[in-house]
Amino acid sequence: MTELPPTDRETAVPPGLRRRGFLAATAGATATAGLVLAGCGTGSGSSGTGGGTPRRGGRLRAAFAGGGASETLDPHLGNLFADVARAKALYDKLADCGTDMSARPRLAAKWEPNDTLDRWRITLRKAAFHNGKPVTAEDVLYSFRRIADPKKAYRAKASLEPIDLAASRAVSPDTVEFRLKRPTAEFPNVLAAFGAYIVPAGTTTADFARLVGSGPFRFVSFTPGRSCVVRRNDAYWDGAPHLDELEFVVANEESARVNALLGGQVEYAHELNPTTARAHEGKGQIEIVRLRNSAMQSFAMKTDRAPFDDKRVREAFFLIADRKELVDGALSGAGEIGNDLFGKGYEYYAADLPQRHQDLDRARHLLKQAGAEDLRLTLDTSPVAAGFTEAAGIFRDQAAKAGVTIQVKSGSKDSYWSDILDSGTLCCYRSGAMPIESHFSQRLLSGSTTNATKWRHKDFDALYQQAQSTKDKKERAAVYGRMQRRLYTEGGFLVWGFADWIVGTSRRVRGVAHDAPANTLDWARFDKVWLA
Amino acid sequence: MSVVPAVLRSWLARRLLLGVAQTAAVVLLVFVLTEALPGDAAVALAGDQPDPARIAAIRTEMGLNRPAAERLADWVVGLLHGDLGTSLTSGRPVAAYLTDGFGPTLLLAAVTVVLLVPAGVGLGVLAARREGSVADRLVSSMTLAVYAVPEFALGVLLVTLFALRLGWLPPTAVGSGGDLLAQPAVLVLPVLVLLSRPVCSISRLVRAGMIDALRSPYARQAARYGLSPARVRYAHALPNALAPAAQQLARTVDWLLCGVIVVEALFVIPGLGTVLMNAVAERDVPVVQGLAVVFGLVAVVLNLGADLVARRLAPRAGVAA
Repeated sequence: MTELPPTDRETAVPPGLRRRGFLAATAGATATAGLVLAGCGTGSGSSGTGGGTPRRGGRLRAAFAGGGASETLDPHLGNLFADVARAKALYDKLADCGTDMSARPRLAAKWEPNDTLDRWRITLRKAAFHNGKPVTAEDVLYSFRRIADPKKAYRAKASLEPIDLAASRAVSPDTVEFRLKRPTAEFPNVLAAFGAYIVPAGTTTADFARLVGSGPFRFVSFTPGRSCVVRRNDAYWDGAPHLDELEFVVANEESARVNALLGGQVEYAHELNPTTARAHEGKGQIEIVRLRNSAMQSFAMKTDRAPFDDKRVREAFFLIADRKELVDGALSGAGEIGNDLFGKGYEYYAADLPQRHQDLDRARHLLKQAGAEDLRLTLDTSPVAAGFTEAAGIFRDQAAKAGVTIQVKSGSKDSYWSDILDSGTLCCYRSGAMPIESHFSQRLLSGSTTNATKWRHKDFDALYQQAQSTKDKKERAAVYGRMQRRLYTEGGFLVWGFADWIVGTSRRVRGVAHDAPANTLDWARFDKVWLA
Repeated sequence: MSVVPAVLRSWLARRLLLGVAQTAAVVLLVFVLTEALPGDAAVALAGDQPDPARIAAIRTEMGLNRPAAERLADWVVGLLHGDLGTSLTSGRPVAAYLTDGFGPTLLLAAVTVVLLVPAGVGLGVLAARREGSVADRLVSSMTLAVYAVPEFALGVLLVTLFALRLGWLPPTAVGSGGDLLAQPAVLVLPVLVLLSRPVCSISRLVRAGMIDALRSPYARQAARYGLSPARVRYAHALPNALAPAAQQLARTVDWLLCGVIVVEALFVIPGLGTVLMNAVAERDVPVVQGLAVVFGLVAVVLNLGADLVARRLAPRAGVAA
């Protein structure tokens, strides 16, 4: 649900122009720092760049990679980081993801389920749209129905699937009762879904030209692919922003974003390369903010076909990977090693499982047992995400040491995600931050629509349903623990690392959250930022 | 058209017909090639969430489930009515994409050409005045050296030096929107990068053409008639040297107008090159087709103009249709 937006546009420049960190240099101890954000209840992350008292005023310009002339302000259509950052400035969701990916109330002041967890009562806080009208239950229902329109393909549609919208109703202007198709303990995650923004009832596509949201900033102007200007909303329910104005500018080329930042043309540059970060970190010219745990990096093995239908082969592959080498080489050290599980540091993460290390002897032994000596296979990769081709090359060399011959095949970056969904046996894979429960429901259930590892097990599905109908959080955590243990021993995702998301800011910028993975509430949250 | 001789008129007509055919061929080729690319706009839009049901829904909404021939036919019919179609990804008219992107690209091209002609011709004449002189060798080696540097490298070099080190010029055109003239300083570095290679090729062509012309019998004959060396050089030799340069200039303008992708990406100039890059990445076929038509027409018209100029400057050289 809180999926990292597709990064096609990250590569919307000729490959030759991209300066990707190829250096397998020693990147310091960051990779093993093992940031643990203990369970739930972590505050909404107020630690920021620099301190001091917030100062009011000024205009901040933020550079993002964008979608060019086809960008839209429709918050339900947004696909890119730039879209989300803009939507976040102008609109609100009922809930949003905290640093540990647990849902935090936003427009929803509170949520209460019934005993069977299939009916949820949401109480809205007192909030108003920019035209002064209050945000009501009708607006919420209208927005969700718009997203779920069967004739359209809005991004959050699949996330809202558990809701029976026809049976859901407004109890009072500030109370919505959602009826669900089945028990869903993690329903607040649905409210925090990527793109589930609340717009005024009756808003249509044409209305996004004269935008009315309930967000911290009011709309001023927008030119697709160039710039979007917004101004402080003094009546914002969560406190007026410190900035007078905020301008989003689009610069697809990473070097252009860095140059604009260095040259003082922007104060915030999103998505920088590890090599750029290293060149400028601690030099005093600009600040480098590393958002840990933003992107899970892995190889996906298709568990329904040879050779990975044998779990001994999958375990052998887990043991082939030298994770440190992959993080240092493919991510230029900007990240930390993984343990074959999604969501390191997030709520419900099974942190008690031992860290896996390379063990080539055992891997060879397992392959022999499985009758898979002299194994030959193809690893699909593509320049679709930073580090993919490098990771493939490094893993090929590591596998060779265990007697496995891997042929790396590079595919088209524009259709990669759809190409690897059903074809091939082994591929590079990555994912943005989302709750662990969403990772299960979207990718690891028999009915999941994007099940790249073809992990289909009735008992695993049953465990998921059990968790969703368990009201007690501790008991639920135990079920999630069992599911993760299973994936750790015989799953299809070889999760070798978690990449940092790197943001550069001018030295005047204060209040940028350091512990917010990309796509969470505090990421790109400009209402809490100020200019010193 | 009565002032235009009949021979020239039929030549023009043939050239125009050929141009239209070429443009149509380009458009057809672009359509076939984009169809042949793996994935379509729905797949590109679905990105890393390739839920098959969602892709199918997007496809239906965009009308991509219709046969390719039907979509092409629809588009051609629209084109004949002056309608370039609408973008698949945003639903905005393609014409709006083109007009938005055309301004910045045209401005860059115009400024570059205005500087390119005097600089290229001047350097060429300077070098040709005395073959083998210090000036000649300096110009020749410099132009060769600069020509060898890729635009991207030169751009990075110039930005690092003049924008980030010395702080004289803005490093990018970020935030200027499409209105580059409001902040002329942002134009300096992009124009320098754009100028670098054409100046070299044109000055070398002018130099070679002038040296040839000065050695030719008619120039020597003119000198024997007692014309001043300057007059021989500029009134007789230079026009002959300019004919190939004019054709090179047309190709350069063509290249400039068709969006200099590298420069636009490096300096964040939202021109046609940027529009093209995004449209291809998104498989936004109508936008790509619209750009192909415009690029095709621009190339045809410019080359036609260059041939006319070349005919005028050096009629004896003859110009193939």
